[in-house]
Amino acid sequence: MVTLDSMFALVDCNNFYASCERVFQPQWEGKPIVILSNNDGCVIARSNEAKALGIPMGAPAFKYKEVFAKQRIKVFSSNYPLYGDMSSRVMQILENYTPDSEIYSIDEAFLKFDGFDYFDLKTTGHKMRKQVRQWTGIPVSVGFAPTKALAKIANKIAKKFDSRTQGVYIIDSCEKRVKALKWTAVKDIWGIGRQHSKRLEVQGIQTAYDFANLPDSWIKKHMSVLELRLKKDLLGLPYIKLEDVIPTKKSIATTRSFKSNLSQFHQLEERISTYANSCAEKLRKQEGSCSAVLIFIRSNSHQKNKKQYRNSCVITLPYATDSSLIISKQAANGLKRIFKDGIDYKKAGVILLGLVPAKERQLNLFQPDLNKHDPLMQAIDKIHLRFGPHKIKLGNQDLNSTWNMRQEHLSKRYTTELTEVFTVNNNSNITL
Amino acid sequence: MPLAQNGVSAGFPSPADDFKELRISIDQEVVKNAEATFYARVAGESMQGAGLDDGDLLVIDRSKEPQDNNIAVCFIDGEFTVKRLKVAEECIYLMPENSKYKPIRVTEENELIIWGVVTFVVKKV
Repeated sequence: MVTLDSMFALVDCNNFYASCERVFQPQWEGKPIVILSNNDGCVIARSNEAKALGIPMGAPAFKYKEVFAKQRIKVFSSNYPLYGDMSSRVMQILENYTPDSEIYSIDEAFLKFDGFDYFDLKTTGHKMRKQVRQWTGIPVSVGFAPTKALAKIANKIAKKFDSRTQGVYIIDSCEKRVKALKWTAVKDIWGIGRQHSKRLEVQGIQTAYDFANLPDSWIKKHMSVLELRLKKDLLGLPYIKLEDVIPTKKSIATTRSFKSNLSQFHQLEERISTYANSCAEKLRKQEGSCSAVLIFIRSNSHQKNKKQYRNSCVITLPYATDSSLIISKQAANGLKRIFKDGIDYKKAGVILLGLVPAKERQLNLFQPDLNKHDPLMQAIDKIHLRFGPHKIKLGNQDLNSTWNMRQEHLSKRYTTELTEVFTVNNNSNITL
Repeated sequence: MPLAQNGVSAGFPSPADDFKELRISIDQEVVKNAEATFYARVAGESMQGAGLDDGDLLVIDRSKEPQDNNIAVCFIDGEFTVKRLKVAEECIYLMPENSKYKPIRVTEENELIIWGVVTFVVKKV
């Protein structure tokens, strides 16, 4: 291990979507929960209890209806406005711990701790965990290590051995690093795709430890520069960069701090649409499509003398898409809703949610081939997309009635709609 | 200060800057910790004595450590309720403020979550 003067933390929300639902419906604490994709198509998130019952990711809802009922599994439609708002609360709390943070997905953030001020990482980790839990109700796990790839593994250990680690694990010695690498199967290494992991397993490479000991030349020859960086990262040398595209299953994020503050709408609009396009590109690269777009903007919370403002919003799409045009248009619309004049903005981001494989899109309106669907998208774009809180009215000949999303198990938008806040019932215990 | 906000380091502030002041928002008064602030609606009369009427909007600040005598939103045995906390030696009482209701005695056998401390109530007059 080279230096300890800079450490990364990966903070990850445990079963994020299920945890969000439990904050407002605590009766489901400790009970199995599944969250369905847009239009209640398939399972996109599960609580630990649902995983233990063997409900697979992507399970089609109609096929599992009886299983859900029989096993008393609570089913939720995906509530992206809720998840988006809870996510930005968690992220904001985390950002107060260091000026150097990176939102990696809707429920994960990398925090960088520089210098020697943070020698007591364990205390910091437990403090973050306790604060996020108390303020938002969301449980998180924290992994510290000298590199991002190792922080990912440390986080997994923290989560897996929750009772022993109390949700915080630190890789800060060579011994711990080797132990962690030997514990991690090749297929579980962050950023190693299924095909690569299969190939590695055929070669007898079983663990992250084996992988990290492969010669550079072999990795270069059979894989790509990304895997080479991953190897260095696993050795404790920070090589993974912000721009490196490491795909996630749940969400895709592009978030950046600006070099200098931006305060004009058009400046932010340009940034947001750039981020949206970059997200859409990543999305197509992994052959996915998304069901909702989250955008956020923030002033610099470390400049306390300036007027502070931060906000986020989620646009839920009526069908999954991978179209840059639609995604960036939605992102710009979101910005319009939350932009406020007279603020020096420091950070913005776009996160795509509700990812499903492109081939599983329920409405086959768009062809997966970009070139083919470009003209169609443009045509649709001209017809102006109009929004309600839940749906886009698409003035298209194929779809001339309003698309009604199937959301039979939708919880309330407890934090983004005043008319949907939860109710405290005070009538029980009446003596009369 | 508008002057500092726009990064104007010298000279006179533009008269237009006066209009950049943001309008007063009730948030400034009731939201002390945006990340920890949640809202809930009151149903029922058990806390009338504390000024919490049916239909009122509660501002809940989860960043506050619950203390004896706080009004708090609690989740008790499968239901949300708002009551005043009374910490006794071997149990906690959830105290109503309406003589028609009786206190709820919470012991180890009950499942209690003190969800958040109520800091403000918004009501229609």
